[in-house]
Amino acid sequence: MIELLVQHPLLAALLALVGLGAVFGALLGYAAVRFRTEGNPIVEQINAILPQTQCGQCGHPGCRPYAEAIAAGEDINKCPPGGQAGIEALAQLLDREVVPLDDEHGEEKVPQVAFIREDECIGCTKCIQACPVDAILGAAKHMHTVIASECTGCDLCVEPCPVDCIDMIPQAQTLQTWHWELPDTSNRGADIIATDAGEAA
Amino acid sequence: MRKIHDFHGGIHPVENKHQSLHTPIRDAGIPAELTLPLSQHIGAPATPLVAVGERVLKGQLVAEATGLVSAALHAPTSGTVTAIEPRPIAHPSGLPAPCLVIASDGEDAWCELPPPCSFETLERPELLARIRAAGIAGMGGAGFPAAVKLGLKPGTQVETLIINGTECEPYITADDILMRERAAQIVRGAQILAHLVAPAETVIGIEDNKPEAIAAMCAAAEGTGIEIAVFPTKYPSGGEKQLIELLTGKQVPSGGLPMDVGVVCQNVGTAAAVADAVEHGRPLISRITTVTGAAVDEPQNFEVLLGTPMSHLLALAGYRAADNPRLVMGGPMMGFTVPDPGVPIVKTTNCILAPSAQELPAPPPAQACIRCGLCAEACPASLLPQQLYWFARGREFEKAEAHNLFDCIECGACSYVCPSNIPLVQYYRAAKAEVLQMRRDAQKAEHSRQRFEARQERLEREEAEKEARRAARKQAAEEKARRAADAGSGEADPVQAAIERAQARKAAQAAGAASEENPLQKLEKTVVTTRERLEKAEAKLAQARSEGADHIAALETGVEKTRAKLAAAEQALQDYQAQQTPAEPAPAGDAAQAAIQKAMAARAAQANKSPLEKARDNLEKLEARLAKSEARLAESRAAGEEEKIVEALASSVERLQEKVAAARAELAAEES
Repeated sequence: MIELLVQHPLLAALLALVGLGAVFGALLGYAAVRFRTEGNPIVEQINAILPQTQCGQCGHPGCRPYAEAIAAGEDINKCPPGGQAGIEALAQLLDREVVPLDDEHGEEKVPQVAFIREDECIGCTKCIQACPVDAILGAAKHMHTVIASECTGCDLCVEPCPVDCIDMIPQAQTLQTWHWELPDTSNRGADIIATDAGEAA
Repeated sequence: MRKIHDFHGGIHPVENKHQSLHTPIRDAGIPAELTLPLSQHIGAPATPLVAVGERVLKGQLVAEATGLVSAALHAPTSGTVTAIEPRPIAHPSGLPAPCLVIASDGEDAWCELPPPCSFETLERPELLARIRAAGIAGMGGAGFPAAVKLGLKPGTQVETLIINGTECEPYITADDILMRERAAQIVRGAQILAHLVAPAETVIGIEDNKPEAIAAMCAAAEGTGIEIAVFPTKYPSGGEKQLIELLTGKQVPSGGLPMDVGVVCQNVGTAAAVADAVEHGRPLISRITTVTGAAVDEPQNFEVLLGTPMSHLLALAGYRAADNPRLVMGGPMMGFTVPDPGVPIVKTTNCILAPSAQELPAPPPAQACIRCGLCAEACPASLLPQQLYWFARGREFEKAEAHNLFDCIECGACSYVCPSNIPLVQYYRAAKAEVLQMRRDAQKAEHSRQRFEARQERLEREEAEKEARRAARKQAAEEKARRAADAGSGEADPVQAAIERAQARKAAQAAGAASEENPLQKLEKTVVTTRERLEKAEAKLAQARSEGADHIAALETGVEKTRAKLAAAEQALQDYQAQQTPAEPAPAGDAAQAAIQKAMAARAAQANKSPLEKARDNLEKLEARLAKSEARLAESRAAGEEEKIVEALASSVERLQEKVAAARAELAAEES
């Protein structure tokens, strides 16, 4: 046997390579079964970036379905609540081109919160059924109200209301939400001589 | 003598402290109105305990701490609460915040205070409770509730208690003058704090540019075991982490607290307030505030009641508003522009700076970064300000965070040395805020996701339950049908049998009708069938009773009715038989029969009447009904019945009146 191999080095090399291939193939096959990942991990990562307003503006019934669609190759610019920042984060994650938000699906708005004009509410429970995050409280023929801290501002409750008593109110800036803005660098000419300013004024 | 360490970076700006140190502390008096913001500290805002219009006494608790990290508020003088509403406060945003407004009555009448006592006799929890009740928040500028900082976890060993008398920021002299004039009180406060946290050593750190304060403190601390540490002047050695490094050589880890290296740090103002609170039971209602700058005639320090409008202090110091382009709370390095001079003094207001335009000119326009690296040399936190600047500008906040953005103490040393006048600190503040905002958003998104998924799950579960119920019902129905089929399989198909029976009956009836109708046979048949039905119903009832079904009542009434029918049928049969025997004509049936006959007769008569008569009759009837209705209405009105009933009656009367009118018109038409 050894003699045969010595006399035919080509055969020896072939056998060695085939043997290695078989061993590593078996190893990889075992690993694929043993360390199998459940579900699609990229979907979870995409879903973590999406804003979870569950508004359906992207045309999918919730953020997770859209995450699945993105993982399957759909455009990343269909989420108005996520805004440009969300698109950038998705682009970075998926190594895709940063594209502007698709106007067809709506535009980026300031965060809003639903407000029920309680005098006008007739207690039909339609908004309660529409709310994707159970943020509306009420019972049949009793006044409903929005739990503002749970509201994602998706405005899905506005359309079903038969008496149009739901307003979407932009979230007011409070001391808790106020923060310093980055200095404005847009209108700064590079040719301004520092010593000119102030003295002349 | 303690070894004084050094920290990285730092700058030496012009001190400008002497202007406000010519005169002793002056009492600012009682302004007409005090505005107390409910949030003068880091943490949750206090909850008001008083109502608008209520009279409060000096030192009375007016708002209590909510939650762990919070501080109470007390009335700085006696007076009346005139409003609890959002008012402008000293905040860079210029946004209003909830405030409690007190109109002072000038009497300055104290409420009853806890009896004075010596701290040695008090237990740790009792001491802490007193400090917490006094509403003391860090007086150095950050405003962290003192009781929270001092409430150590059991078993922690404090190496060093540092009392911070550094006051490194230019212009500010509030701590300096406090140490000069009230050294004994500060030392007592330090002793109380030492009693509370039981440190191995207690050090009061003072910069060497305050010789009078050092002398006063040394004299007061004589024989108490408290060490006075003096170190060279450098900005920002008063920063908590920088001071700890100066005095102990230890560095507080990134993102950590001084406690992580066994150090507790408190401001001298806080120590004085603690002494007041513990020994005299007096809450924190006033503080020392420096009013300085070229736009005031007499820069000096005031002892001022919390809530006093800044304009009140400025007026006392001889403020020239025309010379002052912007009013700053705090020092020139870390302070911020106040939106309006009417905003109140709070627990953290150590200085009001009213500089002239020459003194603190508007920042020149920023130039491009030339990567000179001066900022990195000046940074006391050993950060890379230039890198942070690029990341913040490019909105690469994650990278900025990775470069320890949150270790920046926003001291402004980098902006101070920047030859391009780049407002670096503003970039870092904005970047920090963006990161915090993103964290909050992520948290909210996660929360929403959980709620959404919980809802989806619930909907699916409900759907599945509904489906299961439906399936169970379907199965039960099929089972029943099968059982019925099994029971009927001995004979022919039950439906077919029923049809046949019905057909037979019809045929028999037809035959009966074709032949001479025999009433006797008919009656007999009725009796027989009714009896059969009764028997069946009784059997069913018995079965239902034994099974305990819920329709027993219905079955019972059914049985009763059938029995009554049977009796009636038997009676009819007997009557008929009796009738047949004497062969007499039957008397005119029962009352119902009579009524029917009468009605038929009436109809016949009606048919014979002329239209005129008909109309007249109709009118008469309607008039009678109207009279009756009106009587009923009057009756119910008199009895004061429910409005609804009266209304209904009234409307029916109206309708009748209309009908009567129509009938009259008809009659008139017929007559003509």
